[in-house]
Amino acid sequence: MSGFTPWSALAGGALIGLSASVLLVFTGRIAGISGIVGGLVRPRRGDWSWRAWFVAGLLVGAGALALAMPRPFIPAPRSLGTLAIAGLLVGFGTRLGNGCTSGHAVCGVARVSERSFVATFTFVATAVVTVTALRLLGGAP
Amino acid sequence: MKATNAISFVAGVVFAIGLVVAGINQPAKVLNFVDVLGDWDPSLGVVMLAAVAVIHPFHRWNQRRAGTPGFRIKRGPIDWKLLLGAVVFGIGWGLGGLCPGPSVVSIVSGAPAALVLFGAMLVGMTPFPGSAS
Repeated sequence: MSGFTPWSALAGGALIGLSASVLLVFTGRIAGISGIVGGLVRPRRGDWSWRAWFVAGLLVGAGALALAMPRPFIPAPRSLGTLAIAGLLVGFGTRLGNGCTSGHAVCGVARVSERSFVATFTFVATAVVTVTALRLLGGAP
Repeated sequence: MKATNAISFVAGVVFAIGLVVAGINQPAKVLNFVDVLGDWDPSLGVVMLAAVAVIHPFHRWNQRRAGTPGFRIKRGPIDWKLLLGAVVFGIGWGLGGLCPGPSVVSIVSGAPAALVLFGAMLVGMTPFPGSAS
């Protein structure tokens, strides 16, 4: 179990939960990032400004931390072409399935939604299969 | 500035800090979680459990104020879109190690790999109209 960082995982997860709680309690909205970003890619009239502010917050929060504690971004060990395919699949799949890790695995599971349990299990299992297949086929995971 | 916009902004800032503190803005953290045959890192699981634990009571509260009981399994159609979407997302996630939130956060690095994946993600989203959330 190398690299296990239980305390920062707990703290980071709690902050993510806090963020989603704030959004839920004060705006009634679900902090599902795929939906928030998806609603900016294809905006509906009157329903985009809160999304833009949320994404702005993401960028400002990340930017501030990057300035305070710069760390290089280390991508997955794949070619740019493969990363482009990965991005396409993530974008398409999260919108088709109506959620991602924040929408389904956190918010959906927390509100005891059967759909979200199924979705979460499915995408986690698929990711495991994908990475395992890559490993067994000789490409480094 | 409208209150909802301000709250959304603050929520975004906190969310990003959570992602970075947890380390899941880096693909390796995700890949080592799903790479069960490798040096397994359970951190991502802890992150999700911690997030669920924090928000769960607020969902119950929110549902009570909407008039529906808090703790009850919400059933909904387990349709082909949900399943296929989850499979497609899972493949992309296993390939790139980033899901939407971390991908947005990754672009502040300016790294070409981050920008490529993010741009492609936006392209992948374009067939789907925004939904009320």
